[in-house]
Amino acid sequence: MNTFEYLRPATIAEAVAAAAEPGAAYLAAGTNLVDLMKGGISHPTRLVDINRLPGLDRLEHLPDGGVRIGALVRNADLAHDPVFARRFPAIAEALLSGASAQLRNAATVGGNLMQRTRCAYFYDVASACNKRAPGAGCDARGGENRLHAVLGWSESCIATHPSDFCVPLVALDAVVEIEGRAGRREVALESFHQLPGNTPERDSVLGPGELIVAVRLPPAAAKFAAHARYLKVRDRTSYAFAVVSAAAALEVDGGRIAEARLALGGVAARPWRARAAEKVLAGTRPEAATLRRAAEAALAQARPSGENAFKIELARRIVARALALAAAGTPERVPALPASPFASVAGAAVHA
Amino acid sequence: MSFSITLTVNGEMRTVALEDPRVTLLDLLRERLELTGTKKGCDRGQCGACTILVDGRRVNSCLALAVSHDGADILTIEGLATGEALHPVQAAFIAHDGFQCGFCTPGQIMSAVGLIREGQAGDDPERVREGMSGNLCRCGAYAGITQAVLEAQTRLAEADRKLVA
Ligand SMILES: Cc1cc2nc3c(=O)[nH]c(=O)nc-3n(C[C@H](O)[C@H](O)[C@H](O)COP(=O)(O)OP(=O)(O)OC[C@H]3O[C@@H](n4cnc5c(N)ncnc54)[C@H](O)[C@@H]3O)c2cc1C
Ligand code: SF4
Ligand code: FES
Ligand code: FES
Repeated sequence: MNTFEYLRPATIAEAVAAAAEPGAAYLAAGTNLVDLMKGGISHPTRLVDINRLPGLDRLEHLPDGGVRIGALVRNADLAHDPVFARRFPAIAEALLSGASAQLRNAATVGGNLMQRTRCAYFYDVASACNKRAPGAGCDARGGENRLHAVLGWSESCIATHPSDFCVPLVALDAVVEIEGRAGRREVALESFHQLPGNTPERDSVLGPGELIVAVRLPPAAAKFAAHARYLKVRDRTSYAFAVVSAAAALEVDGGRIAEARLALGGVAARPWRARAAEKVLAGTRPEAATLRRAAEAALAQARPSGENAFKIELARRIVARALALAAAGTPERVPALPASPFASVAGAAVHA
Repeated sequence: MSFSITLTVNGEMRTVALEDPRVTLLDLLRERLELTGTKKGCDRGQCGACTILVDGRRVNSCLALAVSHDGADILTIEGLATGEALHPVQAAFIAHDGFQCGFCTPGQIMSAVGLIREGQAGDDPERVREGMSGNLCRCGAYAGITQAVLEAQTRLAEADRKLVA
């Protein structure tokens, strides 16, 4: 790990000014950044510690029915907040399926959005990687790529975004509040992470010094509370990143789907909103054939980026299963134990 | 640049001068305070051997920069027993063979103390296994670990009931 200048500003304005300098990075819990620094993948010359900035650790239920989650709210605190978990069960379920209890106790909302890909060649500084060293090439293309992207990838990078939390957030139209030198701006989470194109080194729309201050959910996000699930397939049962995941949220009225929300994780460089599938579902009854049609619509543009064609069919099945679980209803206990996709009966006690 | 930070470690105030901001809580405990009970497994957040409680919450000390934790209250495996009397989680690990080589054990025990405080697992073994999944055991002592956590939880709950009564 390179050494660095350590700063602990007292205000957001000071933090933004300090982090706008070339080579600077924000430090939240450090569960991703310190790891990347130990591996020599990131080498900031200045760390701006935001942990003591005032006001960023608040969870506010807004008068209009929306909710505002401060950037320093810890992943575990958000998932275990009883009111939040009841109103947004798929988000709590996604948070609890990520990392480990220890990591969730430390990890922050802002850091979770900004965590970098888990592509093994990005982590291995001896490999060629366009994301780490623009123009160097991409060793993942001819290498171990069974976990890489099947949607939105480019010739220059086939990495995925690893966050679970972001998947239901994007389904529920979350908005990112950003503070920069020019003041505050807001960006829909759906367009916050960038697809790689020719600039895979840019993960997100954040410019130098820009700080995530909060993530906001609109009032409409709460109307799916009775029918919302997050389903994640991993190479082992727990403490592993998603091979594929899906967040499904339904508004059910008289046995019909009034409105559907669907997003996928582990398939692209951003949490992937599946609007075409949402349209297929609107106004239908949640029957197996309809859910399968929605799953097909969600993956219509998918193509393998290597030895990962299996992920496309896997994603269709996970989408159909997540929709079936959501249609069956949010489990009584919220947050539920992260659901096992290997349980035999959709909607049954999935951890039995 | 040099920093001076103050921590409460196992109930004792400790002031430490750091010449380098790169020091993690794990290295600070092991190299500077000679508290080597907390283990370094992967040093990258992937095994849980370095688990300690910071302000009552279990975290991986290998990814926590010490400078960022000025003022924190830290509990490590060395601070768990009361004199010769083992903490109920320690006693339960012995009673249930919750270890073999013992390398992961301080992390497992601190993680179990954190899990019991969080109060999310109840008496469901599946939830205990899920809640303990951040602690790997290369000897595969998982069956005993789950039993130990369940028993310690019951004993601590009984002790709480007696206190109230
Ligand atoms: C072993 C392991 C397993 C994991 N498994 C999962 C998993 O299954 N699912 C999952 O979703 N995640 C997983 N994670 C990742 C984990 O969720 C992230 O490390 C964590 O969310 C990052 O939060 P942090 O506060 O520690 O961020 P930091 O490490 O402090 O920061 C991460 C990045 O975000 C930037 N940043 C932080 N806060 C802000 C802000 N407010 N504004 C702008 N930039 C900011 C930092 O500069 C840095 O670049 C895992 C991590 C580990 C180590
Ligand atoms: S897929 Fe992207 S992150 Fe992985 S090696 Fe290629 S360029 Fe780097
Ligand atoms: S040493 Fe910290 S998690 Fe392995
Ligand atoms: S007892 Fe040997 S690693 Fe767990």
